[in-house]
Order: sequence, then structure tokens, then C-alpha cells
Amino acid sequence: MSEHTHEHDHHDDDIPHVSLKEYATGFVLAVILTVIPFWLVMGNVFESSATTVMVILAFALVQIVVHMVYFLHMNFHSEGGWNMLALIFTLILVFITLAGSLWVMYNLNVNMMPGMME
Amino acid sequence: MSDNTMTAAVNDSDQKAPLEFLVKGEHHPQNGTLLGFWLYLMSDCLIFACLFATYGVLGRSYAGGPTGMELFDLNLIAINTSLLLVSSITYGFAMLQMQANRVKGTMFWLAVTGLLGAGFLGLELYEFHHLIHVGAGPQTSGFWTAFFALVGTHGLHVFFGIVWLVTLLFQLKKHGLIPENKRRVFCLSMFWHFLDVVWVGVFTYVYLMGVLP
Repeated sequence: MSEHTHEHDHHDDDIPHVSLKEYATGFVLAVILTVIPFWLVMGNVFESSATTVMVILAFALVQIVVHMVYFLHMNFHSEGGWNMLALIFTLILVFITLAGSLWVMYNLNVNMMPGMME
Repeated sequence: MSDNTMTAAVNDSDQKAPLEFLVKGEHHPQNGTLLGFWLYLMSDCLIFACLFATYGVLGRSYAGGPTGMELFDLNLIAINTSLLLVSSITYGFAMLQMQANRVKGTMFWLAVTGLLGAGFLGLELYEFHHLIHVGAGPQTSGFWTAFFALVGTHGLHVFFGIVWLVTLLFQLKKHGLIPENKRRVFCLSMFWHFLDVVWVGVFTYVYLMGVLP
């Protein structure tokens, strides 16, 4: 790290500056956020599956944000904000795709089951 | 009269200034690569969203065949997950070495990352082989089709990531840490970390939720 001077960062065509602290923080957080869900499921910690599902989904969402911030170096000003704009647009599409498919197909299953015909 | 010459002089310099500015503006073509690669990753994200949606819809269509609850081995998945997670930090070490302009260190940590990725891929192929062997192939039911499509696509991405990584090792050996190679190493880092993000979704949604009663 000592021979690392400031000159090196500048002519390297806008590659973001990375730091050991950033990666280490991200890694520690990611390990914690991975171990807890595995422990919750493998150790049968909660009685009801619904509770476990909600908790591990929450952990996954937080872990995705951690990876985005510490490993993918996401912020509001990289590439003049276009990175973030593309990400937000993609997240909206992902949400529509996932929520829409699950919602429509759930209703289809509930309302079109053969048992309902009689 | 003097007033007129003044404005003419100002106009002259005014006309020169924007020309110089335009030339300066053309000077950052690399900027486009990183943004373009990010846009590619976002479109890849949409592919995975479709596969996740398919898996979510077909998640209970076992067609009388084996279920994920019976066959998923969480110990194997835990090892796989840790391999991928450790490969994230080793790639981070490669980035730090590159930032310090040490080509040997960069190549060493890239190689470690590639080996961890290969280990991940090996365990995944072992799992697939085992599943197909016990009668849970992609043709068994809608559930297993969706499973193999989603997890297989992720595995395929890891495979191509490793191919890219090996190519990059040769490039680094031949040309060293030239700006082009630095850009490539950074793009691959985005790709690699992106695959880890997708894997977070896979192990939570497919495996952990799949074994819950």
C-alpha cells in the first residue's frame, strides 16, 4: 500500500478508486448476512415457515445492497448518475416481472382449479 | 470605433473557445465502456428476473416427481456459497494489487479467484449429476425444468467468467498493466460481483426457501 501514490489513480481512465477497507467491510457484512439465513433454515429456528421466509428474504435484500455498495461500488455520482438511473429502471422492471408473474399465475391457479368447476 | 474592435476581438476568442471544449469532450472514450458494461449487466439482470419468475410460478409443479425438499443438500450449497463469497474478496485483492500497479500480485489473486470459481462450478456440476442420477432431471417436472434453467444459467455465467479470467491472465502476462487491461480487469470485477449478487437470490429463493416445509 505504501508505494501506492495518488498519481496512479488519475490517468487510469476513470476506473473508480477502491480500498481494502471497503472490500473488508463488504466481505464481513456479506458473511454475516449469509451465515444467519443458513443457520435459520438448517437449525429450524422458527416454528412457522412463513416467518423464516420473510426473515431470509429480508436478509437477501440487505445482502444485495451490501454487495452493490461495497463490491460493485454503486453510488449516486458514478458515471454522472447514469449507473444509478439504469439500476433503478432495471429494478422497476424486475419488480414488475416478478410480482406480475407471481400474482397473475397465483390467481390463475386459484380461480381455474378443476375442483372449482363443480 | 474602438468599441467595435473590442467586440470583434471578443467574438474571435468566443469562437475559438467552444472548439477547444468540443475536442476536450471527445477525450474520454473509456468512460463509455464502463457505463456500457453496466448496461449489459442490467440487461443480464432482466434475464435472471425472467428465470426467477418462471421458477416462482413453477415452484410447486412437481408432477408427482421428487421435490426440492427431498433432494436439496444444504451442506453442499453452504460450501458452494462460501466459495463464491471468498472469491469476491480475492477479486477485491486483485483490484487492490492492480491499483498499486503490481502485475504479479494482480495475476496471483485473479488466479485464486478463478480456482475458487472453478471449485464452485465443479460442485455445481456434481450436484446436477447427482440430481439427474436420482431421477430429478430437467425433464422430470416443471419444477426441475425451472430449477435447471435458473441455476444452470448462473453456472454458465460463472463458466464464461472463468474463460474471460483465463484470457485476461494471458493478456496481463503479455502486455502488463496497460490501461486497456486495467479496464478489462475492472469490467470482469463488475461481472464477477454481479454473479455473486444473483447467487444471493438463488441460494435464498431456490435452496433455503425450497427446503422449508
